[in-house]
Amino acid sequence: MTDENLAYTLHVNGGYREVRDAWLGESLLFVLRERLGLMGSKGACEQGECGSCSVQIDGELVCACLVLAASARGQQIVTIEGVAPVGAPSDVQQAFVDAGAVQCGFCTPGLIMATHSLLERSPHPSEFEIREELSGNICRCTGYGRIIDAVQRVAVSRAAERNSDHA
Amino acid sequence: MSVFVATTLESALNALSERPDAAVLAGGTDLMVEFNSGHATDRGVAAVVCVNRVAELCSWSHDPVAGTLRIGAGVRWSEIQQDPMSRWVPALSQAARTVGSPQIRHAGTIGGNVGTSSPAGDGLPVLSALDATVHLVSVDGARSMPFAEFMLGPKRTARRPNELIEAVTVPVLRGWQGYAKVGVRNAMVIATASVALAVDVDGRNVRMALGSVGPVILRCPELESLVAAEADFERGALSSAVVEQCRSLAAAAARPITDHRSTADYRRHAVSVLAGRMLRRAFPMTDENLA
Repeated sequence: MTDENLAYTLHVNGGYREVRDAWLGESLLFVLRERLGLMGSKGACEQGECGSCSVQIDGELVCACLVLAASARGQQIVTIEGVAPVGAPSDVQQAFVDAGAVQCGFCTPGLIMATHSLLERSPHPSEFEIREELSGNICRCTGYGRIIDAVQRVAVSRAAERNSDHA
Repeated sequence: MSVFVATTLESALNALSERPDAAVLAGGTDLMVEFNSGHATDRGVAAVVCVNRVAELCSWSHDPVAGTLRIGAGVRWSEIQQDPMSRWVPALSQAARTVGSPQIRHAGTIGGNVGTSSPAGDGLPVLSALDATVHLVSVDGARSMPFAEFMLGPKRTARRPNELIEAVTVPVLRGWQGYAKVGVRNAMVIATASVALAVDVDGRNVRMALGSVGPVILRCPELESLVAAEADFERGALSSAVVEQCRSLAAAAARPITDHRSTADYRRHAVSVLAGRMLRRAFPMTDENLA
């Protein structure tokens, strides 16, 4: 692509979205928020430090601010909006509510994405592992205790579900 | 601006040949920060060649006969962090685990670390200590050089504008290896000072490299000679007096500056502490507990 204003198509949350009249140097975070109207991913540091723009690309957790949007064509992008339908929260989202892990809420979408990613890879994380795996998501309100509690609640409830499936 | 998303090595090299002024984008963890802040535009970046989806760059190969590991430039830290790389090059794996956060390690690549060539790049002290070879390729052909000749200064390398970093090759050594760094927190931190140590039991030598304390990664030849002469490699023993001497030699080898991240004095002190710590882990037996 060499034209300033060439359109390109991204695959976001299961559907194709066309991006038009965009500068090709734009980050995926900017395109998601400003061009596609997906405001769930938050923009704060724009240098990969805070994790509030975490999304999954082809199943891997990354910072959307560090992805060149035009380079993500053909890849599967999942944002917080794609985690669960409105009104029917995922188990991780519900656990954050139940555990009181949300205060101002700015970091929450990124932490929900990171927690889904963590539990897919490691269904029974230790507290140390949770702290290491969520270390790229900064929260300035909670002190992290209730966030870790929320992650552990999901691990326990998923394990109970698996056991009852086997019973 | 022009953006070319390469899917084969050949197409990436052709694109770089046509636009040698292009910035090479791999994991994006450095370059995208520059785009987001406007610095990339300010310094005139008008073309980008994306290489993170070039399959040839994203693989590694272990040669047990030669005792080497060749790691493609596009291999990401999240892979280097894990088995089997953690068995073959434990120090590189430890360094990988200290890079940024899981999000950064899923994106950032070893080739990007080498290409960006920051004195604080976490992989670089390990590549220096292991005497890694850097493989470059362009439409004109391929060439290789030692890491020490590749890194010329802060963000300055021997890469020609139309060249891509294709891979690095490191030896698989028998012996303890480690990487340690100092920073303001455990995660998501740029090293204030760092040390990589690799013991080569069969070669009866050690290699130590220092990061963030000079314009390039610095080796410690005097320290390495002293340890080679004084250590008991089979028993993993080194006297406390020699470790103390090594701490001074590491501090003397450092050429730190004072900047917004730390002071020269602190960096020199930190690097001596880390050098002593790495040596003590590599040689846990002291003269006292041997007696």
